[in-house]
Amino acid sequence: MADEAPFQLLHSELIHYIYQSEHGADTQDNARNITKLEAMGFRVGQGLMERLTKDTARFKDELDVMKFICKDFWTCVFKKQIDNLRTNHQGIYVLQDNKFRLLGSLSAGKQYLEHAPKFLAFSCGLVRGALCSLGVRSIVTAEAAVMPACKFQVMIQKS
Amino acid sequence: MSRQSNRATDSKKMNSELFTLTYGALVTQLCKDYENDEEVNKQLDKMGYNIGVRLIEDFLARSTIGRCQDFRETADVIAKVAFKMYLGITPSVTNWSPAGDEFSLILENNPLVDFVELPDNHSTLIYSNLLCGVLRGALEMVQMAVDVKFVQDTLRGDNVTEIRMKFIKRIEENLPAGDE
Repeated sequence: MADEAPFQLLHSELIHYIYQSEHGADTQDNARNITKLEAMGFRVGQGLMERLTKDTARFKDELDVMKFICKDFWTCVFKKQIDNLRTNHQGIYVLQDNKFRLLGSLSAGKQYLEHAPKFLAFSCGLVRGALCSLGVRSIVTAEAAVMPACKFQVMIQKS
Repeated sequence: MSRQSNRATDSKKMNSELFTLTYGALVTQLCKDYENDEEVNKQLDKMGYNIGVRLIEDFLARSTIGRCQDFRETADVIAKVAFKMYLGITPSVTNWSPAGDEFSLILENNPLVDFVELPDNHSTLIYSNLLCGVLRGALEMVQMAVDVKFVQDTLRGDNVTEIRMKFIKRIEENLPAGDE
């Protein structure tokens, strides 16, 4: 049984490292750090999805894929399902998690809100990577208005 | 839903894979950022240390294990409780030094290296060096200065993975001045 504490600590250490290795904290650097974290998450999400869908049948459509992300993928990674999934049926999905694991130990409210983006970047990458290995190209962003709740927005890229 | 039945996944196993993959992403990033393996090893150890000093609190709170009487007991707790709890494995404790201040942890299957193959140009990379830092950091928080290092690693062609731990000294508690 692998515990989740090591993952959480590793995750925060990851953020710490990425932010420390860059000097200066102007907006451009910040954006680059976020990108780095996101890219790492992407790779992990891809690998994880390959393992997770090994024995599942083919997905019917995009919505089916999103449901898989919300249920199975989320349960596997964050130990709970997404609380609310909404879509405009034109390729935009909003996944709401009312008690996001990686923000849970950070704050309950608006304190440290400015730090929330770093704690979400890796997970955005996770979702994007997971979708990518299911053949869905997307852009994933996240926002937290009041921690530990947060919303992930998935924009599917049509091409 | 029609497909629910065959979607049963082993979430515990997956969760350890999440950790393994994340760790892999970290090492990859470090290898990109640093020129040589030595630097990467050092950085991994440092990050492990930071994790260790925090992980020990989680460990003590959940395991309800008190202070260890001697280093042998410490070894047992590390191998049988801590490794089991966090990595799901139980390394064997062997090769005690006559003085009882040094021992080895033999890891049968190191979960950190599940999907790993070291490329030839990283022959001096100690892939799982994070673990050394974690052990060192955690023990330091319970007043034990310990030297931890990998002496064998299956990734580098050895038969087993072996972590050598050497007790250096007991860290004296620093009482604040004037506080008896």
